[in-house]
Order: sequence, then C-alpha cells, then structure tokens
Amino acid sequence: MSKEILVNVCMGTGGIAAGGVEVMEAFKAGFADAGMDASVEKHCAVHQVGCRGFCARDVLVDVAIDGNRATYQYIKPDMVPRIIEEHVKGGAPIAEWMVGDDYHSFHDRQVKVVLSDCGRINPEDIDEYISVDGYKAAARVLNEMSPADTVEAVKKSGLRGRGGAGFPTGVKWGFCAANKSDRKYIICNADEGDPGAFMDRSVIEGNPHAVIEGMTIGAYAIGADTGYVYIRAEYPLAVERLKKALADARAHGFLGQDIHGSGFNFDIKIKLGAGAFVCGEETALIASIEGERGMPRAKPPFPANKGLWGKPTVINNVETLANLPYIFRRGPEWFASLGSEKSKGTKVFALTGKIKNTGLIEVPMGIPLKEIIYDIGGGIEGDRLFKAVQTGGPSGGCITAEHIDLPVDYENLVKIGSMMGSGGMVVLDETDCMVNIAKFFLEFTQAESCGKCVPCRIGTKRLLEILTRITEGNGRPGDIELLLSLANDVKDASLCGLGMSAPNPVLSTIRYFRHEYEAHIHDKRCPAAVCRALITFMILDDKCKGCGVCLRACPAGAITGEKKKPHSIDRAKCVKCGACFDVCKFKAVLKE
Amino acid sequence: MINLTIDGKTISVSDGATVLEAARAAGIEIPTLCHDPRLKPYGGCRLCIVEIAGVPRPVTSCTTPATDGMTVTTSSERLFNLRRTVVELLLSDHPNDCMVCERAGDCSLQELAYFYGLRENRFWGERRRYPKQDMNPVIKRDMEKCVLCGKCVRVCDEVQGVGAIDLAYRGFGAKVCPPFEKDLDCEFCGQCVSICPTGALSGRMWAGKGRQKDVKETETVCPYCGCGCVLTLHTAGNRVIRVSSKVDTPNEGWLCPKGRFGYEFINRPDRLTTPLVRREKGGALEPASWDEALDLVAARLGAIKDAHGPDALGGLASARCTNEENYAFQKFFRAGIGTNNVDHCARY
Ligand SMILES: Cc1cc2nc3c(=O)[nH]c(=O)nc-3n(C[C@H](O)[C@H](O)[C@H](O)COP(=O)(O)O)c2cc1C
Ligand code: SF4
Ligand code: SF4
Ligand code: FES
Repeated sequence: MSKEILVNVCMGTGGIAAGGVEVMEAFKAGFADAGMDASVEKHCAVHQVGCRGFCARDVLVDVAIDGNRATYQYIKPDMVPRIIEEHVKGGAPIAEWMVGDDYHSFHDRQVKVVLSDCGRINPEDIDEYISVDGYKAAARVLNEMSPADTVEAVKKSGLRGRGGAGFPTGVKWGFCAANKSDRKYIICNADEGDPGAFMDRSVIEGNPHAVIEGMTIGAYAIGADTGYVYIRAEYPLAVERLKKALADARAHGFLGQDIHGSGFNFDIKIKLGAGAFVCGEETALIASIEGERGMPRAKPPFPANKGLWGKPTVINNVETLANLPYIFRRGPEWFASLGSEKSKGTKVFALTGKIKNTGLIEVPMGIPLKEIIYDIGGGIEGDRLFKAVQTGGPSGGCITAEHIDLPVDYENLVKIGSMMGSGGMVVLDETDCMVNIAKFFLEFTQAESCGKCVPCRIGTKRLLEILTRITEGNGRPGDIELLLSLANDVKDASLCGLGMSAPNPVLSTIRYFRHEYEAHIHDKRCPAAVCRALITFMILDDKCKGCGVCLRACPAGAITGEKKKPHSIDRAKCVKCGACFDVCKFKAVLKE
Repeated sequence: MINLTIDGKTISVSDGATVLEAARAAGIEIPTLCHDPRLKPYGGCRLCIVEIAGVPRPVTSCTTPATDGMTVTTSSERLFNLRRTVVELLLSDHPNDCMVCERAGDCSLQELAYFYGLRENRFWGERRRYPKQDMNPVIKRDMEKCVLCGKCVRVCDEVQGVGAIDLAYRGFGAKVCPPFEKDLDCEFCGQCVSICPTGALSGRMWAGKGRQKDVKETETVCPYCGCGCVLTLHTAGNRVIRVSSKVDTPNEGWLCPKGRFGYEFINRPDRLTTPLVRREKGGALEPASWDEALDLVAARLGAIKDAHGPDALGGLASARCTNEENYAFQKFFRAGIGTNNVDHCARY
C-alpha cells in the first residue's frame, strides 16, 4: 500500500523568512523518524517550490496524498509532527490549519501566465521545468522560425514592456533587429528598485528557466550572442537560483554553442547591481554594466540603436521576458485574447498596504480595480474605509474610490494621473494621510536621484522640504501652488524617468486630496491623524475606567490620574508617541 | 547635409551636428552650463532645453542630434520659466557670497541669475556644507559652489586621461571628489579649474589678487616649451595675477601645470634680469650687459675653434626655445661653427 505522498513547502523569500527551511527540515526529520525513509523517498518527497503569492500566510505547505491536495497556512516546525501523524499517516487532514475560502478566492480570480509554474515546480530542478514543456518554445523558435517571424509573432501577441513604460516589445525588438552590427546584446532588467515591489524577484526565484528561455528567444530574434541579467545583489536567493539555472541550461545545451541543435550561439552573464533605484533606468543600467557610475544618458541614441558598449541592445524587464515562453507555447493569438484592447495578457502586482490578503497576484489586464481590492485582496484590513490605491510605486499616483471600477491597464492609469509602473499596488485607507504618503515617496526618490540633473537633484529635495514643513504644521499659504508649479517643472525638465515621474505622487495627491493639504496648511490639522505635530491626544472622561494602563505605558510621564477615576494627559509633557492610544482597551484615548 | 528650421530660420548643418550646434552656427543663443564643445555632450544642467514640433517634452539641444525637417523653438514662455526654475534651484543651494567670490564678474551662474533677474528665491532650503580641504599649493576647491555640471570630471577623464575625480553619493548629497574624498592628489594640470563655470574650482594663488574690472589681459606665448601654447596673462597693476588660455587657440585653451600655475617667477626678486659673466678664471658671476656677454661668448668660441678645430665644440639647445630658435641654433652650429655636434635636452 505505497501511497504517493508529496509535500510542497513554499520557499520563496517570504516563505524562507517565515521559517520555510525549518519547516522543510521538520518534515524530512518527521518522515525519517516515522520510518518513511530513503527507500520510499520517491513516494514520499518533500519538495521546495518558489513563491506562490500569498505571502501573508507563509509558511504555506501543500500535502498531496495520491494527488489529493490540502493546503496549510501559517505552518511552524512544531506543527509538522501533528500533520504527519494525523494527515499523512492517519489520512485525516487538520481542518483548522487549512487555508480557508479566502485563499481560494485569492487564487480563483487570478489568471496565471507568468506565475503559472511558480509554486508548482522546483525552481532548482531543470527537469521539472522541462516536464511542463519548458524550453520547447525556444527549441521550436530557433529551429523552425526566422528571426523576422519571431519579431512578428511578438508584435502580434500585443506584449508590452512590464518594466514601467509599457512599450510594445515586438516593436522594440524590430528596431534592434533592423540594425546591422557585429555584436548585439539583450539585457534582462532585474534591478527592481521600487519600495515594496517583489514581482521580478519572485519570478526569478520561482521559475528562473522561463526568464532564460525568454531571453534566448529574444536574442535569436534580434541577433544577439550575449545576454546580461542585471540583478540587484540584495536578492541573494534569486541570484543563486539563477546561477544554478544558467549552469543547468548550459549543461543541457540550452545555452552556449549550437543551442537546441539549431546552430545559434548564445550565452548569459550575470551582473550584480549595488541597489540604486536609478540603475533600473535602462541607460543608467547600461552605464553600470560598462563599469561607469550608474547615471542615465540622454536619449537619443536609444539602446536599440546604440546601447551596451555602443552596440544595438534590447533591454527588457523580467516579467516581459518570462511571458515569452508561454506566448510561443500557446500562440500569440491566445495571449492577445487576454486583457483589454491595448493592453494584452496579464500583469503581476505586489499587493500591499492596508489590505487583508497581501501578496503577489497575477490578473488579466483590464480587470476592474474593485475586483483586485475586494475579491482577491479580501477588502480593507479591519474593514475600514477604502481611501486610495497607489500604483506605480514612487513614480505613480493614487487611484481613489471614484475610480474603483476602472479597468486597470496602461492607458487608463495614465489617464487618471498614475501609471502601471512595475506593478506595486499599495492600498491606503482612512488612517493614511495623503500628504504623508506623498512625502514618503519623495523621501525615496529624492534620496535615489543620481544627482546628474538640476531639476531632479535639487527640485525633488525642495519638494520634500515643502511637504515636510506642511506635515510639521509649518505649511504656508501658497505652498500648494508652489508644489504644483515646482512639480510640473521637475517633470518637464528632468533628464530621465526618475525625475520625470518623481513628482507624480505629489501631483496626484493634490489632485484628489487637496482638502487634506488645505487642512494641514490652514487649519493645522491632519484629517487622518497621522502627522505627529498636528495631532493631540486626549482622554475621554466618560470612557476612561481609570485602569492606569496608559499611565504606565506613557514614556514621558504625561498621564496622571487616580485609580478608577478618569485620567488626563498633560499636553505640555506629551511627546505624541501614541502609546496610550495603542494600549487603551476602552477606546478612551482620542487622537485628532 | 541636414536642413532644419530653428526659430523660423532655415539652417543647413552637416550630419551628426546637434541642435545646439546648428543654432549656434546660425547665431541663435541658447543658455548652457554643462556644455563645452570640447567635451562629450552631458545633458545635466537642462538649461539648453528647446521645443521640437511633435515632441511633447522639451529636449536638451546639446544632446539631441539635428534631423532633417526638424522644427525647433529655442525661446518661449514655457522654456523661459523652466530655465528660470533651474537657475533658481541652483541658487537655492549656493552660498550667497558673490561679494567675496574670486569669480564675481566672470561666473556663468552669476550671469544666469542676472539674466533671469533672480533676487528672491521661492525655494530657499537646506544648503550643502562642505569643509575646506586640500593641502596642495595650486588648486583650491570650494565645493559648496559646485553646480555639478560635471565638466571637471569629464575634462579630467576625456582630455587629460587621468580620472582623478568623479561624482560620488546620490541625490542632493552628490558631489565631485577624489576617491574616498581624500585630498586632491593628481597631475595638477588645472584643466578642471579652467573649465569650471563657477567659483568652485580656482587657483589658490589667485585669491584676493584683484577684481575682474581691474584686470588687464595680454595674450602671449608660453615660454616653458616649444609647443607654443597661447597664454592669456591677467595683470593687475604691474603684476601677473593669473594665467588662462582661450578656447580659440591652437592649444584649445588647455595648458599644463607649468604654463597655468608656474608664473610666479615673473615677479620674484631673485629672478635674473641681466646676463652674468665670470670676468676672470675662478671669479664670481657678475652682472654684465648683453653686448659684453655676447662679445665674450663669441671671442671664446672663436678661440676654441681656432685652437682645437670645430669638433671641439658642441651645442645643447633648450626645450624652452621655439622651433624657430632651435632651427637657428643648429644652423649656427652646423654652418657657422662647422660641426654636427648639436643636440637637444628633450632627448635626455
Ligand atoms: C528610475 C527608473 C527605474 C526603473 N527601474 C526599473 C526596474 O527596476 N526594472 C525594470 O524592468 N524596469 C525599470 N525601469 C524601466 C526601464 O528603464 C526600461 O524601460 C525597462 O526595463 C524596459 O523593459 P520593458 O520594455 O520590458 O518594460 C526603470 C525606469 C526608471 C526611469
Ligand atoms: S532625472 Fe534624476 S535620476 Fe534622472 S538623470 Fe536627472 S538627476 Fe539623475
Ligand atoms: S567643480 Fe566646477 S566644473 Fe566641476 S562639476 Fe562643479 S561646477 Fe562643474
Ligand atoms: S548645456 Fe545642455 S544640458 Fe547642460
């Protein structure tokens, strides 16, 4: 009665951070103790898989017995023995540890292309990728299609760059292919510098071979013999898996000389980035590979004409490239059938902020924002009031409740003053101050400006200073107009996309939340009660039970009161840390 | 050839010319700060922005290649405002001390501020503070005045091939410095000093020697070697207080450390101003007139030649002489004295 037992442990970075390695060890040790030892190994495999998206519930574990799969959430090593005992041996899954309906609605509304194999196959085993038809697309393209047909097919699929700007990939390839040159390059942009974004990391960690296969197809289409993956050194797991994947691909003849027996030669090098946001900008990235300081260069010339070492170069985002094997496996028409009119296929988003289900999601382009927030995301944390979604990270803007039915695609986001960006989606609720949010993003862009051009280097600094004084209660009449005028000038006059888009969070929050700015400046009030200088803490006599918890929690000794009698806060001593607000069980502390 | 229209004028330029070059060729002025025709285009200061029909954003004319049929506008209210904002931002992070700055009257930033009439500033805020450093006697760096145009970095790399300085850090903290912010330790050619548009880089010995209006400029040829670089001597009163060189010279304005900084001998009290001769064997060197000195040399050379033949004499010329002088010198030895014993110090 040999049962086929398969245990999949989520080993994306989220999974590992939550203790994935220990959980996996616990399973291995548990099976060994139970005598289900090496001899039955192939019927009893503990298996690591890449990120499966639902990071808030890590460590996620699948236990499949003869193909019957149950998924557990929040698993810790000490829970493993009971799973082995009751579920694996006893055949009775432990219902209370299993994921609930929300896990399924989180997944059911999604359409997985890029992530379809992430979390299903072992990213460190090339045979598993091959077993799901991996490298078949590249083999067919290289042996049966001409480079020109390959470019045409990508054009037909409607694939657009997932790195931010949404430029049609086939058109870009066509420009590069048209150039005659002794050498050309293809670069995979895996710099992913947006705060909170981890789409590209998860793709490389979960399915590095798809990226390699995509790059090979691209290299063939444009005539490149060398590729680079520019990946930030802060992604050690992704780098390690990519290195292994490259070595395995070479060993299988999928990279190197005469790939797939087609006579085409191509290999890929890894270049580690040192973690500068601006190095994700294509010309800065190229400068960085060349060994120069990572500063953007003026365009034209565009990389497709004069890129790395002055040679025609195509640079594509990880997700863009990882789409290609699937496009060629299932046909450009299939891909073009997904998504909206001008935005085809799917998009991976990193859903974060005040949302119940944070994690990585993949949805068809054109899906209404509402479905992302409520059906996939499960709604707002604590069922508070939805305020806005910030898309496009520090370069984007916010989408308000007024636009919640908006189909999410490239054109629509730009129309309302935001952008797709690389796919960060931060959900904000009534407890978020929009001036503070704009300040947060400006802090980031201001610090990450490369310093080359004046509007960005000094302009973002001045924008940040004005925002800071507004949040500190020192805003002056006219500051909103000053912000608008400077933001527009920085946008118009900066050299690269960083400076051009850095003012977006300011412009978009003023556009939709001008009243919050006005409240800060004129009434010296922060409507969301976030900006410390503008809030006061008070104890409500009728709610205070005189328990004294706040008195003990206050680090400044600002709270006085006799036991069982209403306490009070001395405003002169209060440092506005909010400790009393957080500890009071009776909601007697008022913050406003 | 490329034909384009700039501010309504039709202009023809050769392939590869930038919009800025085309405009300048037609006598149309566009403000620039980081551009220098001797260096590769950079696109950092953003002052040279222009509008091109069909392109939504303004583009920098110094980096944009001219193309056939292009229609360019170099001045409009929008461009004026954007350029003014750029200068205003630069000034918001600049020590307001033109009154004591060496470059007052000869500073690109000051000129721009004047042009845009910027006295008030909407953006006053934090200003970079850098300690003064460097022990070297010639180059003075005051990096609070730096506008990060990158010209010094580029000249050091592209022209001099030294690469002693580069940009470091990010954002508002970006600064030009030697590796690890150490003291400057380079060739001290001063090319960077000559190209800096502000008072950030200057000659240490220039300080406090004279305001721009008191300075007279005289063109001359550098005496240090046969290259013949053209120098501009800046004099105040009867003293040379600074040396520079203009771009439209055979040396394109570039000089070496000696030509640029080695001028202090001119006013040294121990500088020789007359020939010295030894009037008797073993005697001291004494001042003499040119006639006396030349007579003495002629007489002694003649006597040696008569007694021992022309090959008993040899001539060694100086690299500080011009080609013409060196030509005359070897002619004198070969034809006048009659020997081929003539050589030049640059061979040793
Ligand atoms: C400041 C800045 C940062 C960027 N960072 C990234 C990044 O981390 N990853 C990325 O793929 N593209 C990034 N981009 C976009 C790239 O410049 C480029 O457009 C993209 O890699 C092209 O690939 P795609 O056509 O496949 O989207 C960034 C752009 C800017 C201006
Ligand atoms: S816009 Fe900012 S990041 Fe881009 S070149 Fe200018 S200073 Fe550098
Ligand atoms: S020191 Fe002068 S030349 Fe160098 S970057 Fe600064 S302003 Fe430009
Ligand atoms: S002169 Fe063109 S950007 Fe500075």
